[in-house]
Formats: sequence, structure tokens, C-alpha cells
Amino acid sequence: MQNDNLVEIEDVAFGYGDRLVLKGINLTAKRGQVIAIMGSSGCGKTTLLRLIGGQIKPGQGEVRVAGESLSQLNQRSLYRLRRKMGMLFQFGALFTDMSVFDNVAFQLREHTDLPEDAIRDLVLMKLHAVGLRGAAQMMPSELSGGMARRVALARAIALEPALVMFDEPFAGLDPISLGVTGNLIRRLTDTLGLTSLVVTHDVQESLKIVDYVYFVSEGVIVAEGTADDILASDLPYVHQFVHGEADGPVPFHYPAPPYADDLGLGRLRA
Amino acid sequence: MNKTILDLWVGLFVIAGIAALLFLALKVGSMNTVNTTDSYEVVARFENIGGLKSRAPVKSAGVVVGRVADIRFDNEAYEAAVTIRLDKRYAFPKDTTATIMTSGLLGEQYIGLEAGGDSQKLKDKDRILITQDAVVLENLIGQFLYGKAQEGAPQ
Amino acid sequence: MPMILDWGACVLRQAIENLGNRTLEGVWRIGYATRFFLAILLHSGTAFRRFGLTIREMYFSGVLSLIIILVSGLFVGMVLGLQGYETLQTYGSEEALGILVALSLVRELGPVVAALLFASRAGSAITAEIGLMKATEQLSAMEMMAVDPIARVVAPRFWAGVISMPLLAALFSATGIFGGYLVGVQLIGVDEGSFWSQMRSAVDFEQDILNGVIKSVVFGVAITAIALYEGYDAPPTAEGVSGATTRTVVASSLAVLALDFVLTAFMFRGLN
Repeated sequence: MQNDNLVEIEDVAFGYGDRLVLKGINLTAKRGQVIAIMGSSGCGKTTLLRLIGGQIKPGQGEVRVAGESLSQLNQRSLYRLRRKMGMLFQFGALFTDMSVFDNVAFQLREHTDLPEDAIRDLVLMKLHAVGLRGAAQMMPSELSGGMARRVALARAIALEPALVMFDEPFAGLDPISLGVTGNLIRRLTDTLGLTSLVVTHDVQESLKIVDYVYFVSEGVIVAEGTADDILASDLPYVHQFVHGEADGPVPFHYPAPPYADDLGLGRLRA
Repeated sequence: MNKTILDLWVGLFVIAGIAALLFLALKVGSMNTVNTTDSYEVVARFENIGGLKSRAPVKSAGVVVGRVADIRFDNEAYEAAVTIRLDKRYAFPKDTTATIMTSGLLGEQYIGLEAGGDSQKLKDKDRILITQDAVVLENLIGQFLYGKAQEGAPQ
Repeated sequence: MPMILDWGACVLRQAIENLGNRTLEGVWRIGYATRFFLAILLHSGTAFRRFGLTIREMYFSGVLSLIIILVSGLFVGMVLGLQGYETLQTYGSEEALGILVALSLVRELGPVVAALLFASRAGSAITAEIGLMKATEQLSAMEMMAVDPIARVVAPRFWAGVISMPLLAALFSATGIFGGYLVGVQLIGVDEGSFWSQMRSAVDFEQDILNGVIKSVVFGVAITAIALYEGYDAPPTAEGVSGATTRTVVASSLAVLALDFVLTAFMFRGLN
């Protein structure tokens, strides 16, 4: 029974301490699609990815990946499920004490009994797919930010997962690396039959490659639709976000007492 | 870092560490405690053991033949009960004398064993009947002064 | 007047509240640390099944600490030789120099000073490494790759430290005794025969050397556990990691000295 949806999130709420980050999120990701989750910084997008990866458990609601409810899995089955997931962390999170080759080979060595020459072929294939076969023997400290991101991508797809999650894949990249990374996500999704979840606030770059977009604000989904829907949307928040306006539904000022009071002007007058 | 070179270094480190342990065990220290399986215990009672300590050597003719295993105060006889652990290789007659002696004037105290003429040997848990207490320096000096004073009195 | 009273009550309440919070925080940390320590022990299978991982960490914590341990050991032994001779010669018992050097090194200085050096050399490095791995999300990444970081990263470092510590302490004592020998016998001219033979007759294998080894194993457990815990618990920021590194050195040094007192009280009681 192959479910069409790889990831299903139902009415999920989560908070760190007293602060509620997510308040009732519903989200599905169809197999073979690139899904973007957008929103301003600190709106809980990364938390969402952690929930899908099972690193944290929701306070309410349910997260299902490949039909399995994460909150009901024990550690062993969770780890089994995670082998079907790849995750690209914001700054790559490459293991700094290993070479690029060993980084990509890490999961193959940990989870399979493949002979070393088979591992070598597989690793070089993955590195070739991200265009960094020549950098196999370099250490992560010798790589540029964009290259590190691509190595991390090669590492994330090493075990041919069904789902790859990208945490801010475009943050801090130059325009060329930006285009390269965007293309890579689309191409790998199509050729390897992945499902990609991209958490980002880079509207222009991601709208070029995604199939479906969710907008998260203040812990709830405020808008969703295809890239064209989003561009045409006249919801004030989406409009502000897509066009990068300084003020709007998301105020420029962090909540504060009235300006005059803070400066002590009010008391002078009294 | 090449993996084989790393292994080599760790190997050298482990070998050096074990060599250091062996050096400490063989060259620096020695098995002073007599093994319990190759030893037997006898008890000697003293009225005064002076500064005798647990683990002090037990010597006969100047050769270490055992160690003091335990020192206890017998509250009925008001005596010190000293348990001596002797090496199985050395057997002593039943009428052996145990004396508390001092190596040098201020050195540590030990028990000296002087063999008697009995044909029966001491066995485990036996008691050494003839003992001689520690010489307490203060008493000795006291006696000496007292004697001197008496010598000088008539004059 | 009532206002002052109010103010005093307020300060007092604040102080009690602070104390309560601190205590609660402390208890919470102890519980967390215990759970962490148990997790290390439970997940130690990998560290032994794939011993290569542990050997790798022994290189970083053990081999790289060798230089400082050997050099310090030599100098400590030489100082012991000089000072010991100065003191002993006033009593005319210079031959006892071997006893003094060997006993102080094997019983106390070897395990303790080696442990203090190990804490500042290897312990801080472990904390900084684990803390940075956490800050750069390497541990999270590992978890997402279905590899348990406690088993793969933490446990091998723990066992490497526990194995390395007694070896380092033994090397420290051995070089220290050699240093004492150099100064005492070669430089000052204490009789070589009595130096070694007095040492041998006074140093007991079980009571002195074995107890010293037991001490250093306990110190190794304490230092690496503290270092790993601080690293694993460090806030994922630059000052978080640097603070954790400092705490490792301070906490593990204090732990070594306190444990040394406790162990010494247990081991050598009734001998003197």
C-alpha cells in the first residue's frame, strides 16, 4: 500500500519551555516533489524539520513519515526510518575530522557491510553528482561555503534516501553557488526520485525550483500553493515576504512599550 | 594523518606505558606482603609493643621471614595481641621467643624471632608463649637517671 | 520604617528563591550527568567492537599528552631528588632518598600530577572538540544519519581516556624516579646500591603501586566523563564552548584532588 504522501503532519504543536513555536501545523509532502517551507527567521521552520527527523517529539498532533507515526517508534525503529532520510544542515555540518571522501562514506561504512572498493565507487558517484569528485581528498576546512554545502548534499544522498530535508540551503551563498545549489536540488529530486523538503527564506531562488510552497508565520501555516499561486497571492504577509518590504504585517519594530515612555518624555510632562 | 602511523604511535604509547608499569612493579617495588596461600599465622602477646606497626617486618637472624598482619588490644588480659604472618618455607620451634626490637636507635620497630630447642614446630593459629616487650626509651632513660641518683645519694 | 522592612523581606525572599533555584538546578544537573554517564556505559559496545575508533582517540588523548607528561615527570622527580636530599641529609639518612622519591611519586604525585596535566591537555581538548561538533550541528547530523553520537563519538573517547590515564601516570612515575636517580645518584652522589635497594624494600607492589594504578584509573574516569559531559552539554555558541572548556579544567582538577583525598583515606588508612 504505497501512500502518495511521504510526509504527513497533522495539527502539530510544539514549544520550547513556555514559548510555543508551532501552533497547529498541517502539511503534506507528495512523493517526488520539491516542497518549500518559507517564513521569516525564527518562525519555527527548522523545528519543523527536527520534528520530521524525529529529533524532537511534538507536544500535540502527529508526524507520519512513509506511513509510520514517529511518536510511536522506539529508538531502534526510528533509526531504521532515519536511514530513509537525508538531512542537509544549514552550514553543512560536515565532520571536520574527516576528509570529504570519508564524510560521504560515513553512512555507507556505518550501516552497510560493503567492501571498501564498492564504497569507493559509490562515494565517487555521489561526489560526481554534485560536481566535487576532484575534492574527494580535501578536508572540510579547505572548502568554500558552497562546496561544503554540496559535499553535505552528497553525504545526505549517500544511502539513496526517500526524503531529503534541506535546512536553509541558500543561506550565505554567492549568486553562482546559489544557482548551482538550486539546480542540484531539482535535478537530484527528479533523477533519484527523492522527495525534498526545503526550508528557506530565499524566495526568488526557491520559487524557481519548487512544486509547492507552505508559508509559516507565528507558528501557523498562513498560505500555501504552487509557486505561481504564491507570486500572485495578495495576502498581505505573503506579499510583504515575496517582495521584501520592510514594514507590513510583520512589523519593523520588535514589540516595545511606547517610544515616548521609554525615553522618559511622558514622565516629564506629568 | 595516516591510519597506520597513528596505530603505530598508539602501539608505542601502550608498550611504553606497560614497560613503565613493569619497571615500577619489578625494579621499584617488591611483593612485600607475604602471599596468604603460602603463609601461616601465629599470635604473640606483648605487654607493650612500643611503636610497632602493622606490616612491620618479622626477622629471624636478620632475615625477613614474615610480616605483622594485625595488632589488636585484648581487653581481658590488657595486652596487645599481635598476629604475625610467616612464610610457609620457614618453620619455627614451639618455644621460639618473639622480641620487639628497633633497627638502629631511632629506626622502625620490628619483631625478632629467636628459635628455641623444641622438636615440635609452630602451626597455623598457634601462640608464641615467650615474648619480650619493646624497650621504651623513656623508661630506660628514667631508670638510668634513677640509678645514677641513687649511686650519688650517700656522698 | 515599614518600607525598610518590606525591602528587607523582599531581599531575603529573593535570596531564598535564588538558593532554591540554584539547588534545584544543581540536582537537575547531577541527574542529567548521571544519565549521561550511564548512557556512555550502555553504548560502549561500539567502542570495543570497532576498537579502531578507540585507538584513534587514544592517539589524541594519550600519545599527544606524552611529551608534557614525560617532561613534567622528569622535572618533578629531579626536584624531589634535590629537596629530598636537602631534608634527609640533616638526619643523616641520604640513602632513604630512593624511598622518598619513589613513594611520593608512586602513591601521590604520579597519579595526581599526571591527572592534572591530562585534564588540562586532553580534557580541555575533548570538551572543545565535542562542544564544537555540537555547535556546528555535527552531532545532530550524525543522529539524523541514524548513528548514535554517544556510541560513535562519546564512548570511544571515554574508554581511550580511561585506558590512557594509568599508562600516562605510570610513565610519569617512572620518568620521575629516573629524574630523582639522576639528581640523587649521578649529581649529588648518593650510593646507587642503597638508593635502589632501600626503594625496593620500602615500596610495596600491592599497597603502593597497585593503589596508584587504581587511583589513576579512577581519575581517568572522572576527567574524561567531566570533559565529555561539559562538551556535550555546552551551549552551541563560541562563549558556550569556551566556558565549558574552562569548567572542564576547573571541575576535573578539583574532582581529581577531592577523589585523591577520598581514595588515599581508604587505601592507606591503618598503615601509619
